[in-house]
Amino acid sequence: MTAGPFALSKNKDVQERHSVLQADGTIATGAQPRMEEEFLLEALRWMMKSRLYDTRVISLQRQGQFGVFSPGMGQEASIVGSAMALDPTRDWIVPQYRELMATVHHGLPLEIITAQYLGKIGPARIPDGVRVLPTQVSIAAQLPQATGLAWGLRLRGEDAVVMAYIGEGGSSEGDFHEALNLAGVTKSPIVFFLQNNQWAISTSRRVQSATASFAFRAAGYGFPGVQVDGNDVMAVYDVAVAAVERARKGEGPTLIESVTYRMSFHNTTDNPSRYEDPKEHEEARTRDPIERVQKYLTGLGLWDKKREAALTEELTQENEAALQLAFAAPAPVPADVFANVYDHPPQRVVQQEAELLDGRRD
Amino acid sequence: MPQRTIVEAINNALAEEMESDPLVMLLGLDVGRLGGVFRTTTGLVERFGAERVVDTPLAEASIIGASLGLALAGMVPVAEIQFLGFTAQGFHQIGPQLGKFRQRSRGRYHCQVTIRAPFGGGIRSPEFHSDAVEAQFVQTPGIKIVMPSNPYDAKGLLLEAIRDPDPVLFCEPDRLYRSGRAEVPDGAYTVPFGKAAVVREGEHITLVAWSAAVELCLRAADKLAEEGVSATVVDLRTLVPLDIETLCNQVAKTGRCVIVHEAPLSAGFGAEVSATLMEQIFYDLDAPVARVGAFDVPFPAASLEDYYLPSLDRVVAAVRKTLQS
Repeated sequence: MTAGPFALSKNKDVQERHSVLQADGTIATGAQPRMEEEFLLEALRWMMKSRLYDTRVISLQRQGQFGVFSPGMGQEASIVGSAMALDPTRDWIVPQYRELMATVHHGLPLEIITAQYLGKIGPARIPDGVRVLPTQVSIAAQLPQATGLAWGLRLRGEDAVVMAYIGEGGSSEGDFHEALNLAGVTKSPIVFFLQNNQWAISTSRRVQSATASFAFRAAGYGFPGVQVDGNDVMAVYDVAVAAVERARKGEGPTLIESVTYRMSFHNTTDNPSRYEDPKEHEEARTRDPIERVQKYLTGLGLWDKKREAALTEELTQENEAALQLAFAAPAPVPADVFANVYDHPPQRVVQQEAELLDGRRD
Repeated sequence: MPQRTIVEAINNALAEEMESDPLVMLLGLDVGRLGGVFRTTTGLVERFGAERVVDTPLAEASIIGASLGLALAGMVPVAEIQFLGFTAQGFHQIGPQLGKFRQRSRGRYHCQVTIRAPFGGGIRSPEFHSDAVEAQFVQTPGIKIVMPSNPYDAKGLLLEAIRDPDPVLFCEPDRLYRSGRAEVPDGAYTVPFGKAAVVREGEHITLVAWSAAVELCLRAADKLAEEGVSATVVDLRTLVPLDIETLCNQVAKTGRCVIVHEAPLSAGFGAEVSATLMEQIFYDLDAPVARVGAFDVPFPAASLEDYYLPSLDRVVAAVRKTLQS
């Protein structure tokens, strides 16, 4: 272990997995985390908020009150640690769809992203000034766009970095390779944050690629790739900060493979009992990203059951308030079918809108 | 007034727009030093620099996807896809992504992106270069589809495309790139979308076409004139938006219509034009609407393309048949 905080290696194409806070809640020998206790408490707050939100909306979905949803359970350290490395006043997040709390951390109000899952239209619009793109269900399609965004922000003279999310499954898509290649060539200020949660619906990481590490892929595009323990928020933050700093200095992209585990399911339509080995799941549980932070803080005298209960209550209230706002937001109206498709719609589309709305106005 | 070919008109439009708007940039394969495979961007990298005229890696999806991202950052990208048939490798970034982005973002973001792509047969290109796939994009709403047929329109429609906040697929007729010069003024002017041009007026029949097929229809009209048949030729200019009013008025006037396009016949945009005429002016028609397209087989080897593409003889034959019914 080198002295000093984590730094991207100048000598290696791919760096070995970075680890700080181990599964048992102890700090790895020689590790010098950037995150201090106050900040770690904030990270814990966001991770718990994410877990509580997921738990609540899965329950709502089971009651038929919520749309199809992909929880971030088990991946909270990846989602939160990466977002905390960004400056929401200048940096951008380009999500896939399993990073909800990263976008909320970046300034997207929870009730707005919640409204999207409830099928709301106007109330689900990302507010001006919030530097977040819409969630992307067409896997990896967001990556060429993210590269273009980062490239364009630099051309505009902005001091901005783009954090683009993808999974290990998405890294098999052509768009992944085209986007990373173009980012390397243009030296765009972008961080590709690959969450390797071991599963693409039912497709195991072993089937997805013969590569030993998804971080290796960066070498083919001429920029660093680094692996990190994705259940270790302190390590994720270290690596993300180093990559963001590198991008901001104009040194180009970084690929981060954040090795984690999907502790729930692909989405609420999925049933992992059909394909997941229960032993593998149980083993992953022992590496829970939230519990290890709580253990560590307990050791420092900064955490106990009483504090956990109080924070749980507070976060539950916060989440509930956002859910209530989202439920109360106006339902879509037929005209929303045509809203915001074109700046100048073709005449035929205008006529079709009139046809739909004719007789429907009260 | 200056006389320009389509290649020169496009080059002139790009140069003037880049001069007046510093956010406009070009990207694509070989658009820099080479000036594009058809030389439409000749001289632009020397004039505006490699940051604004960018030779990209050979990867269509990222050229288009990155253009979307560049637009989100506030740039005004004009991407070149070397041949329209090559959009297949970036199709998902055009229809599903560019076309839907504004709606998906609830209007927060728009994508001011122009994709230029030469297409069409008649120049003995290798495989996959000539495919007329414009109708595929009519089925991906959100994209405007522009099909200039002459130098004046090429400049005016291109400037309209670059300035339109909506994404535009701008298909260039490579067969006509250097086929002739026409008056193309210096300085900015635009040709609005959704306004078809009546390029020739006649009494007996209305020929409807776009892009290079307009030139074929004009030749057919010349030949028919020798037989005493006078034909109107309508150039749709843009498929999305479609100028339904001019189309219907011009067909209603003659009562007869032949639609000509280079794409395979079945589900080509001619089918849409024909259906529109049936819905709107059925009782003004004196004969069934006829279509002349390419055959419903893949574009053949260049040595066979003259048999595959709509020919002067096939257009004239379709007109004679329509006049007899």
